[in-house]
Amino acid sequence: MTVWNLSTFVQPYLIIAVMLFVIGFFGLLYHRTIIGMLISGELILAGASLNLVAFSRFQSPNPVTGQVFTLFIMGLAAAEASIVLALIIAMYRNYQSVHPDTLNELKG
Amino acid sequence: MHLISSDSIMILSGLVFLIFSAITLLGALVATFSKRLIRSVSGLALSFIGMAGLYYYLHSPFLALMQIVIYVGAICIMIMFTMMLAEPRENNGFTPMGAVLSMLALVGCSLMAVGLIYLVGTYSWPITQRYTAFATVKDIGRDLLNQHGLVFELISGVLLIAIIGAVLIARSGRRKA
Repeated sequence: MTVWNLSTFVQPYLIIAVMLFVIGFFGLLYHRTIIGMLISGELILAGASLNLVAFSRFQSPNPVTGQVFTLFIMGLAAAEASIVLALIIAMYRNYQSVHPDTLNELKG
Repeated sequence: MHLISSDSIMILSGLVFLIFSAITLLGALVATFSKRLIRSVSGLALSFIGMAGLYYYLHSPFLALMQIVIYVGAICIMIMFTMMLAEPRENNGFTPMGAVLSMLALVGCSLMAVGLIYLVGTYSWPITQRYTAFATVKDIGRDLLNQHGLVFELISGVLLIAIIGAVLIARSGRRKA
């Protein structure tokens, strides 16, 4: 394994996926706005997708399965993002703020 | 007849791989650490473009195209539209307690990264026997609708319900015009 043929091994992809997951996890704790937390969640999902595709390329006997499941993750991420953004718009209309700390009451 | 030697092709391919990896990680860092949300979304788009390049190296060009179309073209643009509609305040109020908690989160996440990378490095990743070398778009479509047909239908139902729910949530509480 040299620097130039890194792309033919599974480990570099897994390390990039780990970095994406950890950066996203830190961003989830660090961001102060709900949109920032949504962005970090997308990074976590991206790390998971990269992991799936890398495993299906190098480890699985069938290279199709990981790609199909990554397509499913993309669909679920789109659904999740649309719901969260609708919640943000509704929250801004009611509170004039998208700061997560303003959501501190449960009155319906 | 080879105009370019295979060594130089390998070095070129490795260089492009390193560039895509760097773009992915740099975009993720920009998305996390920038103060302004518009830069965060741009960093996210950059990171997804780098990931599309990595998908090409993983022999899945269809996923690379879908990554750009869905993530960069749809989700990032949707987040930007919401930011324009909701205009979030971006002043990260600096408090000593917040700084301490951020440092703690950074230390914890670094420990997690070190542990996971150690795990990746120590396992021996055996080569498995494969019965097809490459997955064409035809293979993906056949598997998607035969073997994973139920999941496919369920996800389309989830997407439909999510879109209806998003419209309902975004409309609720709006004053009658």
